[in-house]
Amino acid sequence: MMSNPLPPQFIILLGGLLIPFLKGKARLVYMLALPAFAFFNYLSLEEGIYWTSSFMNFELVFGRVDKISLIFINVFIIVTAIAVIYNSHVKERLEHFSGFLYAGSAMGVILAGDLITFFVFWELLTVGAAFLILVRKSATSMGAALRYLLVHVLGGLILLAGIILHINETGSAAFTAIGLDSVASYLIFFGFGVNCAWPILHSWLSDSYPESTVGGIVFMATFTTKAAIYALMRGFPGEPSLIWIGVGMATFPIFYAVIENDLRRVLAYSLINQVGFMVVGIGIGTGLSMNGSAAHVYSDILFKGLLFMSVGAVMHQTGGKAKATELGGLFRCMPFTGVCCIIGAASISAFPLFSGFVSKSIIMTAAAEGHHAIVWLALLFASAGVFHHAGIKIPFFVFFSHDSGIRVKEAPMNMRIAMGITAVACIAIGIFPNQTIYPLLPFDAPAYHPYTFAHIMAQSLLLLFSALAFTLLLTGGIYPAEIRSVNIDSDWFYRKGGKWAYILFDRTLNSLNAVAHKLLIAGTVSKLCQIAKEGPAYILTALLTPIWELSGTPPDQREKLRESLNENIQNGVFPIGITACLSVVLLGILFFF
Amino acid sequence: MSDSSHRPKSARRIVAALFITCGIGVLLDFLFLSESFDKHALFEWENWPGFYAVYGFVACVLLVLVSKYVLRPLVMRDEDYYDE
Repeated sequence: MMSNPLPPQFIILLGGLLIPFLKGKARLVYMLALPAFAFFNYLSLEEGIYWTSSFMNFELVFGRVDKISLIFINVFIIVTAIAVIYNSHVKERLEHFSGFLYAGSAMGVILAGDLITFFVFWELLTVGAAFLILVRKSATSMGAALRYLLVHVLGGLILLAGIILHINETGSAAFTAIGLDSVASYLIFFGFGVNCAWPILHSWLSDSYPESTVGGIVFMATFTTKAAIYALMRGFPGEPSLIWIGVGMATFPIFYAVIENDLRRVLAYSLINQVGFMVVGIGIGTGLSMNGSAAHVYSDILFKGLLFMSVGAVMHQTGGKAKATELGGLFRCMPFTGVCCIIGAASISAFPLFSGFVSKSIIMTAAAEGHHAIVWLALLFASAGVFHHAGIKIPFFVFFSHDSGIRVKEAPMNMRIAMGITAVACIAIGIFPNQTIYPLLPFDAPAYHPYTFAHIMAQSLLLLFSALAFTLLLTGGIYPAEIRSVNIDSDWFYRKGGKWAYILFDRTLNSLNAVAHKLLIAGTVSKLCQIAKEGPAYILTALLTPIWELSGTPPDQREKLRESLNENIQNGVFPIGITACLSVVLLGILFFF
Repeated sequence: MSDSSHRPKSARRIVAALFITCGIGVLLDFLFLSESFDKHALFEWENWPGFYAVYGFVACVLLVLVSKYVLRPLVMRDEDYYDE
């Protein structure tokens, strides 16, 4: 054990700065060494407060280490290492660097003990993620990255407003349980909710994740939503509204997942569905339910990563194909990837012996113990649904179904190693929860035993009959055919709505502008000019005409005098005598008053 | 979505195996009806024989029907919908 562990988030963040300067093998070794070194430091972390500094009378805490932060840091470092292996064939330096920026910021969020530090890392998360979409360098990914940034910057600003109000009210920047009782707390709650992909706020996720790179999505599936789960766990444990928000997340996206053609988008919807379970667990707020959320964070990161990796491997080998209409029958070409995909599918579906079985069921049990009957039934519906759309649909349409005629090689070795490690982890957690994730669970709760005969029977029956329904619907021709299409979601409001808003503003503001131009610029200003130009001449002529009349100047000479006066005034030139005379008058006025 | 007789043998075997496993599962579930076996049920309906089987089946059928006949007509657009 080291006596002075280094902060893991800075190992990843600052270490990541060197990545662009390295190449080939050296870079790979370095990129693997960073998470290894971070994990080594993680192992020697003991509970307590580390790495503090002060900023404007506030104490900044870069290392709040307790059981909650430890389980998140553990899985974040592990998935970073897995993603490095999976991405090691990528040559683009920016992609590797962005991955480390993203991962390091996520760890910074987890270890932040005050809201100021928390906010800085929270915003860095967004930057890292946006780069992972941008580096795909296509027109669609550019648009998706911009929309991603806009949504998260808006969410971030709301969070910042909440944090400033909160600090102002309480006089402390410490990040402890906040509780919904003031405007500040609602703003913070909502700011967390944007990153957590709450219903209606969720569309950034299903919009942008499928546009990221093949490897980038492994990072994306891990950090943003899970950091938000952590934030809710800290700030709003037991907040009852979270139960219903979570139920909404767990149920609605699965309808979209059934009709979606882009398989990475199907997985994005099922990601929201799984995060919904975790949100319910936080909302219930008992030790058991929060442990369930923490356990499900751990297993979800691994099985969702595995599913994204296997679909990504297929994309990589087939030249970017990720749509159900384009794929099928690939099991013979890519059996290893196929098996990994099935293991991921079994885990997300919570088959006995796979990781979802030992984590999701804790939340279900906690809901039942709290007598949340409708919540429990909704989650059971979501459990059957997730098997249907992620568990069966993904492997079936990629590896089986009709033969797409695509003949490709198995995924490269680095991808197979990454998927293999993750697949083994999913099974190990499923079979040995007491030796893997249960000891890491942070909250006090009675020991949970997933492997009772009744639980195995119940879950097996649920899944078997879901599979039966899928088979009957498919053979009966009722299952919705995969169609090349997009399904509009709440991102419509800013994608199409944005255009309409543009047209609306164009029509109203530009016509207002035209009217204003006509009245002010063309009308009033030119009138003013005319008055300024011709007014003095008019007045002087009017004053001088009686003098000329009296002095008996003949009319033709008067006309000449008026013309030369007009000319002189418009050109701003006067005989020196007049100028001097007027200056004396002005000085006189100044002197006497 | 062709007739099952056109499917390869392996697929038909898998479907047959699924039917048999489902049958065995339901049979086992009915055996639990005996009062002596404690299911650790927290809700009453967990004790109804075949509850999970029926719920799983109905949930998936509903999910697919609602997605296909309600959601899809509402939200599906051409692939270039956002590119216009």
